[in-house]
Amino acid sequence: MSNPRYWRENPSRYNLIGRRCENCKGVFFPPREICPKCRRKSLGKMKAYKLTGKGKVYSFTIVHDPMPDFTLMKPYIMAMIEMEEGVRLTGQIVDCEAEKISIGMDVESTFRKLGQEGGSGIIRYGYKFRPV
Amino acid sequence: MMFGHNEKNVGIVTYGAYIPRFRIIPEEIARVWGEDGQAMKSGLMIFSKSVPYPDEDVITISVEASRNALARSKIDPEDIGAVYVGSESHPYAVKPSGTIVAEAIGTSHFITVADYEFACKAGTAAVQTSMGLVSSGMVKYALAVGADTSQGAPGDALEYSASAGGAAFIIGREKVIATINRTFSFTSDTPDFWRREGQAYPSHGGRFTGEPAYFRHVATCAKELMKIQGTKPSDYDFAVFHQPNGKFPTRVAQQLGFEKKQYETGLTTPYIGNTYSASMMIGLSAILDVAKPGQKILGVAFGSGAGSDGFDITVTDEMANYNRAAAPTVKWFVERSELLDYGRYAKFKGKIVMKE
Repeated sequence: MSNPRYWRENPSRYNLIGRRCENCKGVFFPPREICPKCRRKSLGKMKAYKLTGKGKVYSFTIVHDPMPDFTLMKPYIMAMIEMEEGVRLTGQIVDCEAEKISIGMDVESTFRKLGQEGGSGIIRYGYKFRPV
Repeated sequence: MMFGHNEKNVGIVTYGAYIPRFRIIPEEIARVWGEDGQAMKSGLMIFSKSVPYPDEDVITISVEASRNALARSKIDPEDIGAVYVGSESHPYAVKPSGTIVAEAIGTSHFITVADYEFACKAGTAAVQTSMGLVSSGMVKYALAVGADTSQGAPGDALEYSASAGGAAFIIGREKVIATINRTFSFTSDTPDFWRREGQAYPSHGGRFTGEPAYFRHVATCAKELMKIQGTKPSDYDFAVFHQPNGKFPTRVAQQLGFEKKQYETGLTTPYIGNTYSASMMIGLSAILDVAKPGQKILGVAFGSGAGSDGFDITVTDEMANYNRAAAPTVKWFVERSELLDYGRYAKFKGKIVMKE
């Protein structure tokens, strides 16, 4: 990932900042410029909205064949989280053994390293989730 | 002698800690290196030490501790005017940890940020700087963090103690839960422990780290601070000292005339190891977790190289209105633990050379 792209996404990766349509009150993550329901009525009405970080495991998988950044954590859990605000997002579950994860488990966001560009490149940070 | 005088009621407005959940015990490290685990355990008075997960570093630990501090208070992060992160294991050699921490806790961009380094007392140096900025009126609140994922060379005595953790204090003048009546420092050029640029592991002077370094600086700082304040050990409800192991702070506390009931609450190293820049600050957090209004605390940090920062603190009535339960206590972090064998510990700590 290039530095500018990583940097642009910092607000949502660091602080779960999405958008809320002031027209229909729908919440979106990652941020959207236009509400897919209200379309042109949402123009200029998509406001930054910080998610609480709390949600439930909607579904999950255990990864045994990881990407290089995740080798030391294998096997690890990737899950779809249904946030309190109703949006679903994908994230790694940490502080939880693979055999203990379950659908419906309460989780909250935590700040962790997501990866790095080798030993000399930039380190990427952002949200993961842990059991409450 | 006037250094550290506080006449503006500056103090701790809120605090938070963070300790990774993994542990390794001295017997397991000793098993690999052919040492006597029981002897190391009793010699250092360390029963286990914390180990960071591969995705945890000083920045993630600082963010978690700072978010815990903010969760306990109603401070608007945009009112924080300065962020200082003290550590000797900043993930970047060049690029501040503090900018990432500030962004992740939602401060404005109109703040001053810097990373501090003074071995194990970089966090308390950040507290002192924060006190200065707040009392001068330059900022409303300042965030001071001490955090480390410290390194100990494989097989070295340090490997039994070097651990990971962090504590964050927000310093201000309004709704102060613990007034810092005075801070005081004692500093000298003492080469007891160091890490040269580019080196993966620190070096130390063995027994030289004791009397001329730790004990001289901590005891002198504590005695001079009490002399200036006109206090004696029995005036304090709690005392907390830097904890490179369990033995040193216990011995210096006893030498100074403190009793076990005064120093046991803040003594966390036997269970989590030496969290370096966070060591005294986590101990102080453990005390603030239980302290009542009116109680007095003496805290003395130590950083190799060498220096000590002392703090004379009084818990205020505001503590009764403070929402301590909004974030986990140090006790909770100490008790949530999962033991590692040496293989997983070496993997988590990046001690195994991996293929690119």
